[in-house]
Amino acid sequence: MSGRSREPSAAHPIAVKIVISGGFGVGKTTFVGAISEIEPLVTEAELTERSIGIDDTSAVAGKTTTTVALDFGRITLDEALLLYLFGTPGQDRFAFLWDDLVTGALGAIVLVDTRRIEDSFPAIDYFEEHEIPFIIGINRFTGAQRFNPAEIRDALGVSAGVPMVECDARNRESVKSVLVSLTEEVLAKRATRVRAESTW
Amino acid sequence: MTDSSWGSGAGFPYAGAPRTSVGRQSDDLDEDPVIRPFMLTNGRTQPLHDGLRVETLLRAEPAALSAPLRFESRRIVELAQSPMSVADLSVVLRAPLGVVRVIVADLITQGFLAVEKQPEELSTSLIERIRDRVRAL
Repeated sequence: MSGRSREPSAAHPIAVKIVISGGFGVGKTTFVGAISEIEPLVTEAELTERSIGIDDTSAVAGKTTTTVALDFGRITLDEALLLYLFGTPGQDRFAFLWDDLVTGALGAIVLVDTRRIEDSFPAIDYFEEHEIPFIIGINRFTGAQRFNPAEIRDALGVSAGVPMVECDARNRESVKSVLVSLTEEVLAKRATRVRAESTW
Repeated sequence: MTDSSWGSGAGFPYAGAPRTSVGRQSDDLDEDPVIRPFMLTNGRTQPLHDGLRVETLLRAEPAALSAPLRFESRRIVELAQSPMSVADLSVVLRAPLGVVRVIVADLITQGFLAVEKQPEELSTSLIERIRDRVRAL
């Protein structure tokens, strides 16, 4: 393994990407903003006709470009290690951007609002299908009814093997803790795989 | 957005950048208010170089600084004197990722930019380092 990887240095840094996903309005922007060192605006432009009839394009006949604002955060972990956080667009109609954002990610965090559990299904399906390590972050909204973790797990339909943590997307320490949980999950998955390989 | 850590990203002449209220009076009746993001790439939307992810780090060859490059390309090779990601460039240039990808791919093809090589797979010790560094933030 060490033969294939090199030690990062300030001159040759390594960029690591973590994807923040979940339904529209679940707190992805808040989550990324709570820990990012910059507050940037990243957009993607897609030549598409999908927006016609959805966005109000009546005033601009023939518009075929949709500009999507993406959540993007950057954390300089040390001089040689950069962590990028990317939020997946919440609306289904931007699902075509997902492959591009998710490819190469270390792992993913699926944020869940217990009032709209079903909104997180597409993200969970996606990461399961693409075998990307992910954890569930239950974003605690004030006023939301509290459920016990077993109930939420049943409602989400995820196995006991998928870690589930509570968080407050507004709170930096809480966001850090979720990111640490994800790295633990990635390490656990790695250890399982190494054990499986060593039994050959 | 106006206060980026790279200093003056403002004033960059990308037409798709959000307009300020200055010069945008109510009687300003544009015939065509739609800004076409791929104007900067002469309408091309497909990069010549595959595999440019949002987090891909780019570095400019020193020789690129003296090359006769257009505004956006010039700014990119200036910014990428130390490694810069596609997403970071998109922020500074205030241009959509897809537009930046096309310009960056051209610069790679011309030999002015290089992709900072990344390990195929992160080592366990590197993932532990990420975990520990996040915890210590």
